[in-house]
Amino acid sequence: MSDRPVIHGLGGPAGAGYGHPVDPDRVDTSHGPILYLDDITVSFDGFKALNKLSLVIDRGELRCIIGPNGAGKTTMMDVITGKTRPDEGTAFFGQTFDLTRLPETEIARLGIGRKFQKPTVFENHTVFENLELAMKTDKRVKPTLLARLSGAQRDLIARTLKTIRLEGAEDRLAGALSHGQKQWLEIGMLLVQEPELILLDEPVAGMTDAETAHTAELILELEGTHSIVVVEHDMDFVGQIARKVTVLHEGSVLAEGGMQQVQANERVIEVYLGR
Amino acid sequence: MTRFFPLRVWSAIFAAAALLIVVLPLLHLAVPPGHPLHVSSFWITLLGKFMCYAVVALAMDLIWGYTGILSLGQGLFFALGGYAFGMYLMRQIGRDGVYKSDLPDFMVFLDWKELPWYWAGADSLTWTLFLVVAAPGLLAFVFGFFAFRSRIKGVYFSIITQALTFAAMLAFFRNDMGFGGNNGFTDFKRIAGLPITSPEMRTALYVLSGLYLLAALVVARWVVTSKLGRVLTAIRDQESRLMFLGYRTLYFKLFVWTLAAVMSGIAGALYVPQVGIINPSEMSPANSIEIAIWAAVGGRGTLFGPILGAFAVNGAKSWFTVAYPEYWLYFLGLLFVLVTLLLPRGLMGLAEKLRTRRGEPAAEARELRLRAVKP
Repeated sequence: MSDRPVIHGLGGPAGAGYGHPVDPDRVDTSHGPILYLDDITVSFDGFKALNKLSLVIDRGELRCIIGPNGAGKTTMMDVITGKTRPDEGTAFFGQTFDLTRLPETEIARLGIGRKFQKPTVFENHTVFENLELAMKTDKRVKPTLLARLSGAQRDLIARTLKTIRLEGAEDRLAGALSHGQKQWLEIGMLLVQEPELILLDEPVAGMTDAETAHTAELILELEGTHSIVVVEHDMDFVGQIARKVTVLHEGSVLAEGGMQQVQANERVIEVYLGR
Repeated sequence: MTRFFPLRVWSAIFAAAALLIVVLPLLHLAVPPGHPLHVSSFWITLLGKFMCYAVVALAMDLIWGYTGILSLGQGLFFALGGYAFGMYLMRQIGRDGVYKSDLPDFMVFLDWKELPWYWAGADSLTWTLFLVVAAPGLLAFVFGFFAFRSRIKGVYFSIITQALTFAAMLAFFRNDMGFGGNNGFTDFKRIAGLPITSPEMRTALYVLSGLYLLAALVVARWVVTSKLGRVLTAIRDQESRLMFLGYRTLYFKLFVWTLAAVMSGIAGALYVPQVGIINPSEMSPANSIEIAIWAAVGGRGTLFGPILGAFAVNGAKSWFTVAYPEYWLYFLGLLFVLVTLLLPRGLMGLAEKLRTRRGEPAAEARELRLRAVKP
């Protein structure tokens, strides 16, 4: 042991009484937000997909991100999940995990779950197996080979099936589900990972009105227990769930605030909402 | 037990195993030649060979049918297992070779004075059995690690495996590799001091091959019905999605790839003493492609299909190469085209189709094909 105690990941000294136990595998949000992006710039062949973007999400927050096509919404998600590396800027998950350095699988394991625009469930697996595969467990080879579901894990799957309205459909092949159901299964696959931060990329794209309304209910149910970032085009849907909205435009934040506040913002009206 | 197969399937497996592993060998040993029920050594050797092939087809199904990795170099691992055991068989010849020397004939012919260092353990059966597993396993592990880490997939992976087996074949053709050049190993005399051509030894090797096929089937079934099996099919269908769920697919692919190589290697080791020869032509690209055809003809992703395919295609080959030797390759190509076009799910798919037409529920067949007994 060194005589200067060190807080994991920060490298700085910790005074007696100020330290708190840090689990190197858990996101640490005791002194701040769960997601912190600052001055992120990403360019593809000179085109700046993100231009000095800054965004802060607090634990338990439900945040909607809107913006016209090409505003950088998807690129931002890619940076958060490690799929794209920013040219400049800092991205932290909690206080300790540098998202610009960690590999994709590691970021997923640490608790950032993402639902893609297009549902990508395992079509040749049943609903139950999809959830089983997604579940937060030891995902190395040997534990997977010898895995048997525990009672608690079965309960989690049963609860999730209920949340995503697929109770009774667990033995159906995921490929046979309707588009809306696939989207919910995707959300279910996120939930069984027990993520700290959920990223939903256009969760209601292509859904019927009834499905959209249910998805809104579902997301509101998760608010508070999960930190959620929703990227969406559908303004009605955003109106149903939004607490705080961030408007992106040309790779940076144009406005941020309550739905009405944002809708009243002149620049937002100009570039996005129109008229 | 019923976790692996439904009871009806177990009965069918046991019936087939009893016929192949018990009845036929008894008819070979106990019934005198000339008797109408006598099973000749020709059939024992032929079926023993087919059972070794069937294990390779089974291994192919694990990597191709379930995991979606089309290896066109599976014959290499089969041949390496064969060569590893062949070295032992060569040492067992002792001084009974043509040149009456301590060294294998081909070394005398090359005017070598002593055994190369890598032949050092070949006198020991234990070391040989270790090598049969380790040589194909190690090569597959190292090659697979680099190939999968570089995210080489699909047709690129197939081409590289094809190149690998071709390169190995060229290397083994060289006399100074110390593996007998283009003649390979042959003229085997003994295993563990017992004559290799006696009916008892032939039957013993045959029964071992049958038991090995049975064991390989159960192991393969265990793998594909485990959660890992569902991960493998998910790699086949949506690998990037799976990585996103936190699975490091590299190691899953490496596991099943190495397992398949070891399975094939052991099959090769059982094959060589039965056919009495191993040479570099076993590593020829065409051989490896044939293995893929067995699996495709039988029906990928079913385990039983590729076993069936190995028997069916090789049965046809045995007949064809006697009746119309020059047309065999044309027939094989045609078979592959027809199966791909008309029977994408192979013989197993055909059987299932016929059963559904007869009004029987397809549920059980589906159960066998993909599923994963519900956990």
